Amino acid sequence: MPAMIEVDGVSMRFNLSKERHESFKEYFLALARGRLQFDEFYALKNVSLTVQPGDFYGLVGLNGSGKSTLLKVISGVYKPSAGKVTVRGAIAPLIELGAGFDMDLTARENIYLNGTVLGFTPKYIDSKFDEIVEFSELKDFLDVPLKNYSSGMVARIAFAIATITKPDILIADEILSVGDFLFQKKCEERMQHLLSGGTTVILVSHSIEQIERMCNKVAWLDHGVIRMDGPVEEVCAAYKEFNKE
Amino acid sequence: MASMKLYCKDLWRYRYLLQNLISRDFKLKYRRSVLGVAWSVLNPLMMCLVMWAVFSSIFNTRGDGIENFAVFLLIGQLLFNFFRESTTMAMESVLKNAPLLRKVYIPKYIFPLEKCCFGLVNCLFSFVALVLVMIFTGTGVEWTFILFVYPIITLFFFSLGVGLILATTYVFFRDVMHMWEVFCTALMYGSAIFYDPAQMGIWMQRIIRLNPLYWYITAFRSCVLWGQGLSPTMLAVCGGWALVMLAAGLWIFKKSQDRFVLYM
Repeated sequence: MPAMIEVDGVSMRFNLSKERHESFKEYFLALARGRLQFDEFYALKNVSLTVQPGDFYGLVGLNGSGKSTLLKVISGVYKPSAGKVTVRGAIAPLIELGAGFDMDLTARENIYLNGTVLGFTPKYIDSKFDEIVEFSELKDFLDVPLKNYSSGMVARIAFAIATITKPDILIADEILSVGDFLFQKKCEERMQHLLSGGTTVILVSHSIEQIERMCNKVAWLDHGVIRMDGPVEEVCAAYKEFNKE
Repeated sequence: MASMKLYCKDLWRYRYLLQNLISRDFKLKYRRSVLGVAWSVLNPLMMCLVMWAVFSSIFNTRGDGIENFAVFLLIGQLLFNFFRESTTMAMESVLKNAPLLRKVYIPKYIFPLEKCCFGLVNCLFSFVALVLVMIFTGTGVEWTFILFVYPIITLFFFSLGVGLILATTYVFFRDVMHMWEVFCTALMYGSAIFYDPAQMGIWMQRIIRLNPLYWYITAFRSCVLWGQGLSPTMLAVCGGWALVMLAAGLWIFKKSQDRFVLYM
């Protein structure tokens, strides 16, 4: 069986120009002085990993270790500076919930807007509309502009929309940290359900307990390099050991 | 050619998003206004009234020689506004949607495209005002008016090309916005909106003929107002400018789009 996601020697370089040149004057002044230098910063250095179909793959690491960057490279938001990413199947990205929401629109309007952002047809959203509303438990607030929602309420709607379909790959970046514990539990159940239906899941979380509970494989990122990857017990044990020091 | 095919396939897949974005813009534009959509018609109508009053009474210099000045003026005004609005909105569109583009993969050209479509929808609505003014002034209509579709469609693609170029440069340099504003004002005075270039000197006429906007406006007038249809020159100039600009826009945009995320 071919791998679901193959990340092969991927590096991601950012130019952190010391001052950003956002106007012609600044740019040309800097150019004239020969000061157009950039600090190169590698968010990912030669990262390779393989995700098999049906994996529940966890990513752990401290802040700034490159987890989110890796997810964005996989979902096609960033084009890697070097290396290659091969993805077999449709991705449902849950990278920071509420991307593609317009705060001035009502929840109802946003469900359609966000659904089409994710590539669904309006007809399909129609057929799943009640399910989304039911899952998010926000029936009474459907015609309220989203700017009046709390962040937890926005997260509910977003999670409900992104998981109505059975995607081949679900990418979840720390989304479960918002919302109360009841809703978190509901999300976990939904993800397990998708998994049993054949969806491959990649999860980023700072809660090592959650990773241990849900994932079967884990990769540990440290300063843009994969420090360790493999079965969940080994990697998590090493990670916890390391962070204790 | 293969990448062109991919472009189209992508566009087809995201057609509902395009539709939803346009309807969002439309809803938000008129939300909480009492008259709502009626403003699309009222606004150009009242603008036209002001312009007409100014140029036919206060500066009574140019309006004189022109037959049916009100309609003449309104056509120029509407078409130029279409160009200015859609290019300006397209310019800002990519950067404005940075939060989204940083998180989800969507083809980036969809935003400039959406703004140009929105501009076109607005423009079509404002044609109601044009029809009203034509009825009011008793303007006769020839069958050639159907040909107005040609200058509008070519102007749309011309604006889209310009919008793509502006959106690209705007991501890297914010100066572009100010420069474009000034440039648009200059362009407006050179587009024969409220005068007839025939009243100008020879060298001035030559300069005006270099302005593509002048050609779109004149072609439109020729179809709707003068009942003369499209001359071969108009066909060639309108279509040519649109093709060249669209090709240039697509090429520049495609070449730089992978670097957008790093500058937003």
